Amino acid sequence: MSDALADWKPDVLGVEGQVLPVVTAPAGVLSSAGAEVDPADPAIVQLAADLVATMRVSPGCVGLAAPQVGVGAQVFVVDVTEHPKTVTAHGTFVLCNARVVEASRWRPGREGCMSVPDLTGDVKRAGRVVVEAVLPGTGEPVRLTTDAFEARALQHEIDHCAGKLFLDRVAGAHAVYQRKVYL
Amino acid sequence: MNELAITVIGPDRTGIVADVSEALAGLGANLSDSTMTRLRGHFAMTLICTGAAADDVEKALAPISGLLATVRAVAPEADTDAAGEPYLVSVHGADRLGIVAAVTRVVAAAGGNITDLTTRLTGPLYVLIAEVDVPPGSADDLAVRLAVAAQELGVEVTLRRAESDVL
Ligand SMILES: [Zn+2]
Repeated sequence: MSDALADWKPDVLGVEGQVLPVVTAPAGVLSSAGAEVDPADPAIVQLAADLVATMRVSPGCVGLAAPQVGVGAQVFVVDVTEHPKTVTAHGTFVLCNARVVEASRWRPGREGCMSVPDLTGDVKRAGRVVVEAVLPGTGEPVRLTTDAFEARALQHEIDHCAGKLFLDRVAGAHAVYQRKVYL
Repeated sequence: MNELAITVIGPDRTGIVADVSEALAGLGANLSDSTMTRLRGHFAMTLICTGAAADDVEKALAPISGLLATVRAVAPEADTDAAGEPYLVSVHGADRLGIVAAVTRVVAAAGGNITDLTTRLTGPLYVLIAEVDVPPGSADDLAVRLAVAAQELGVEVTLRRAESDVL
């Protein structure tokens, strides 16, 4: 893992994030591939801060990608630190232009999405991934190796940046579930 | 052996499966394949039974409260022909008339056989997941035709190989 990521905190963005409304399916932006971004662009730095702010006010949210706030860009935030299925965790971080460069240990698992609020689905994901990306602001390249739930979250968010939802990967006709309504 | 195709549907409540399966068991009817699920508050059962007469099953199911049941004698399964390649189709988008008809017509036209299909409507979002046996070598062509249909419908479609790891 790159030290750049270990030292990374949302504060280094140097701007205050705004909480943005979360877009839900069917919305075109969720199904369009996001553009590669210039990580030094002030608009991208602001977007990174906004994603962090929006994730933090959303209960149970472990990751949020730019298309989910209506922006077709390859930027997302992840923080799985508090999740019980997490093994390795790198805290809160925002990545731009991320790619999965190695994937192994494929496992099924149930996942949901703030942009598909009423459904969950069983999706096979790699339990170990290597992801390459650049950091917002500095543009510093990072190479991140992780596993378990953080690996799943990264794949889910990278999918968002490519215009894919978990619905595009569910394991079968009976692998989509109505989310229980808790009143 | 005499096979019966039975459908049962009614407003969901506790005990539907127990009531129906008890009635069947009371007639010595063996429940072989079945699928049972809740659809927008209705509980739906589709099942194949052996070992009882259609009339008797109809009579046994009729008194169960709130259920609409149909019973029909059917021929046993024919030998399944050469299996296609298993694929999964996902469709999602804004609800509109004719999504299922259009998508499944494209699948049928390509010789694909749908073996399982679920749709869900949640708010404005319509989701269809289908398991399809596709004739060997025709998946790429089907993907192209599905993409065309999806564009006309204004929905998203994905066709991908279904994995079936033997463990
Ligand atoms: Zn999501």
